[in-house]
Amino acid sequence: MARVVVDVMLKPEILDPQGEAIVNALPRLGVTGVSSVRVGKRIEIEFDGEPDLDQAREIADKLLANPVIEDFTVRVEQEESVQP
Amino acid sequence: MSTKIGVITFPGSLDDRDALRAVGLAGAEPVSLWHADANLRGVDAVILPGGFSYGDYLRAGAIARFAPVMEPLMRAAAEGMPVLGICNGFQILCEAHLLPGALIRNQHMHFRTRDLWLRVENHRTAWTSSYEPGQEIQVVLKSGEGRYVADARTLDELEAEGRVVFRYLGENPNGSQRDIAGVCNAAGNVVGLMPHPEHAVEALTGPSTDGLGVFTSVLAHLARVSSGTSTATAGAASR
Repeated sequence: MARVVVDVMLKPEILDPQGEAIVNALPRLGVTGVSSVRVGKRIEIEFDGEPDLDQAREIADKLLANPVIEDFTVRVEQEESVQP
Repeated sequence: MSTKIGVITFPGSLDDRDALRAVGLAGAEPVSLWHADANLRGVDAVILPGGFSYGDYLRAGAIARFAPVMEPLMRAAAEGMPVLGICNGFQILCEAHLLPGALIRNQHMHFRTRDLWLRVENHRTAWTSSYEPGQEIQVVLKSGEGRYVADARTLDELEAEGRVVFRYLGENPNGSQRDIAGVCNAAGNVVGLMPHPEHAVEALTGPSTDGLGVFTSVLAHLARVSSGTSTATAGAASR
């Protein structure tokens, strides 16, 4: 069964306070040299039959992402790439 | 016949009872509406209350926007019915594109609960006509995702058309762009704000009674409409 993956990210111009909080926590792990972290969402959609990219795009545009503040990408995840 | 003002309860709404109580104190008949209702039960105005509809899953307001009651609400709003969104209600109205912009996580990441002051920047909307121009009011803010954002062109448009309805005074509590606490649509019948006027209607429980003006405003507006003396309440600065 193929799965459609939607990635949702805040637009570049929108401040991401979650990402900033992570950057600020990194030195506590001993990590330096990271200038930016941004947090998004990954949504996995499984269709009953063949994956419908157009429908997935519509779902992403109407519900999963808010186009005022977020961008999204839609792709089919192939079976072989499911397991690393 | 008394004026009926509906308050929609979504799964996860918190402040619906307070909003109903504020409506009653203002002199209107409060009507409970349910998110699954197919019609608005004959009300003259609608309030979307604060809370965490649908657990704020996905984004605050993103799922409530598709509740069955939103269909008749969208139609009524387009026809000029006064609609007010408070806190989560404001988030829902933005998600539904009845109001421009969006509300995102507070800049400092903290949930912010405090009494604060707002300036009423537009007293010509359906929900602010009882206030004096520029009146300063004390209300309650309690939100984690209250940071108002929109692109620069939208912000400029809102400012030019007088559609910034409420602005934070003093320290900006959440990083909202241009200190915006509330906005309205072009016609002025749909208003949304993050702070809670319904928590500032009685001296016993609120920091002031300044919030009552929001609810008496809509009563005055509806009386003007029914007597045919209403001019459109658009925020248009050119008016």
